[in-house]
Amino acid sequence: MKSLVPVLTVVAAIMALWYGGAVWMNSQWTLDQAARAGTEASLRAIVVDTMAQDRPILPAPHQVLSELYDTVIDKKITSKRSLVFHAWITLSATLLGFVFGTIAGIFLAVGIVHNRAMDMSVMPWAIASQTIPILAIAPMIIVVMNSVGIQGLVPKAFISAYLSFFPVVVGMVKGLRSPGAMQLDLMRTYHASRVATFWKLRLPASMPYLFTSLKVGIAASLVGAIVGELPTGAVRGLGARMLSGSYYGQTIQIWSALFMAAAVAAGLVAIVGIIQRITLRRMGLAQ
Amino acid sequence: MIWVIGALLFWTGAWWLNTWLAGSSLAGTRAVKLAVPVIFGVTILVVWEALVRGLQVPGVILPPPTVIGAKFAASLAILWEDFVQTFIKGALSGFIIGCAAAVGTAIAIDRSPFLQRGLLPVGNFIAALPIIGTAPILVMWFGFDWHSKAAVVVVMVFFPMLVNTVQGLASSEVMQRDLMKTYSASYWQTLFKLRLPAAMPFIFNGLKISTTLALIGAIVAEFFGSPIRGMGFRISTEVGRLGLDMVWAEITVAAIAGSAFYGAVALIEKGVTFWHPSQRN
Repeated sequence: MKSLVPVLTVVAAIMALWYGGAVWMNSQWTLDQAARAGTEASLRAIVVDTMAQDRPILPAPHQVLSELYDTVIDKKITSKRSLVFHAWITLSATLLGFVFGTIAGIFLAVGIVHNRAMDMSVMPWAIASQTIPILAIAPMIIVVMNSVGIQGLVPKAFISAYLSFFPVVVGMVKGLRSPGAMQLDLMRTYHASRVATFWKLRLPASMPYLFTSLKVGIAASLVGAIVGELPTGAVRGLGARMLSGSYYGQTIQIWSALFMAAAVAAGLVAIVGIIQRITLRRMGLAQ
Repeated sequence: MIWVIGALLFWTGAWWLNTWLAGSSLAGTRAVKLAVPVIFGVTILVVWEALVRGLQVPGVILPPPTVIGAKFAASLAILWEDFVQTFIKGALSGFIIGCAAAVGTAIAIDRSPFLQRGLLPVGNFIAALPIIGTAPILVMWFGFDWHSKAAVVVVMVFFPMLVNTVQGLASSEVMQRDLMKTYSASYWQTLFKLRLPAAMPFIFNGLKISTTLALIGAIVAEFFGSPIRGMGFRISTEVGRLGLDMVWAEITVAAIAGSAFYGAVALIEKGVTFWHPSQRN
């Protein structure tokens, strides 16, 4: 609560800057119109006009909000013009990919922790993969899968899966290795098998690490799904809305898609955060 | 068929070799630590090559590594031009501007706890958003050339960098700050002699995260419009023409550039934060 006032102040400052920017960036168009009509635009007319252009360079916040209201609340969610419809297309690919990527990542991490040869061969590559822009192969995956007849949800989910895969592997290996020598020794004095050690010590100890990488992974999954929608030629989904907006100069549409994507991302990270808090509290691991 | 069997045999042999190496008494040495992942990587390439040839996968779905290598060698001039356009002009200039702006902002808000409490949650929130979505807007504002790519990179690296730097500036201990006070050091002396050096591990953490983000931002921004050169442009057009060998060659360049960039930052970090426990060995 202590930080509420500062946060609100910063948000208000951003809004003020945004309105100022809208007037400044859109005024050129207004001035051109006035010059063409042979009239002189007063300051008041400029401000009023820059707030309500059809294709502004920078739409004012209330224009974006009214577009959001229009496409989220007013349209039926089955309509192709509804932003909820597009958000769901993107979200379903994100979630499907995220689940598969996470499961695969956890399995690989378990293998790495228990098999020394696998650890030494795969782990350097998993770490190196974090430094390369794997998002660049997204268009290729879409087109290649398209040419073997797989379309729609699966290629996007595939991109989401491999983007969430590597953070989960790296985080989970760290987590499964986090129990100290003392704890592992204790398990040995209990004559615990490797399986028992895994279920009773390693897996519970890895949970904080897992959730940290899940937060990174789900944000990456969403980015992957959005980028995966670009090369298919702007049909459906939030990425497609952005691309078609940039084709046709519909800036308000881009901004509303961007805000929708931001809301989806924030919602997903928040959900993971809530699950994390509940799980860690029930496990007694909460700080 | 002979290719497929060969691939299986090679895989088994290499895996046996790696298992033996990992279990042998040499496992701790540097050479083996390097050899094992290299053997694994080579195995993947050989199996890929053999399976593509053996199963006669068409080149428009997955070209074999030798074809990609030949394409890479044959089009060095184009690849270099794309590299300069995307990496040097787009990613690197954006990276420098964005990181410098973020460190500057962090120092500027350092004296105001009010601004810090306000900006940090907002910064953390924005850092988790799909900022790449601003690419179409920035391409519209700054045109198709590298300026818009640099702008996307600036926006992408700014917030992770800001959050890390603010955290780093807060990381010096009370005892150390008290010591500076007993020396009657001014604010700026404390900043340059104690708090900025103490913040370096955090700043470099942010820089390392930003290297990857910068390259991703520059490449993806080109999907929204670019002049007729650049890595993202080449990838999206060659995908459209089903020239997948060129796409893979471009991806190889991206991978090399990404690792080299990260490696360079990590190397500088090693020199600057030599005192930090994580750098001792």
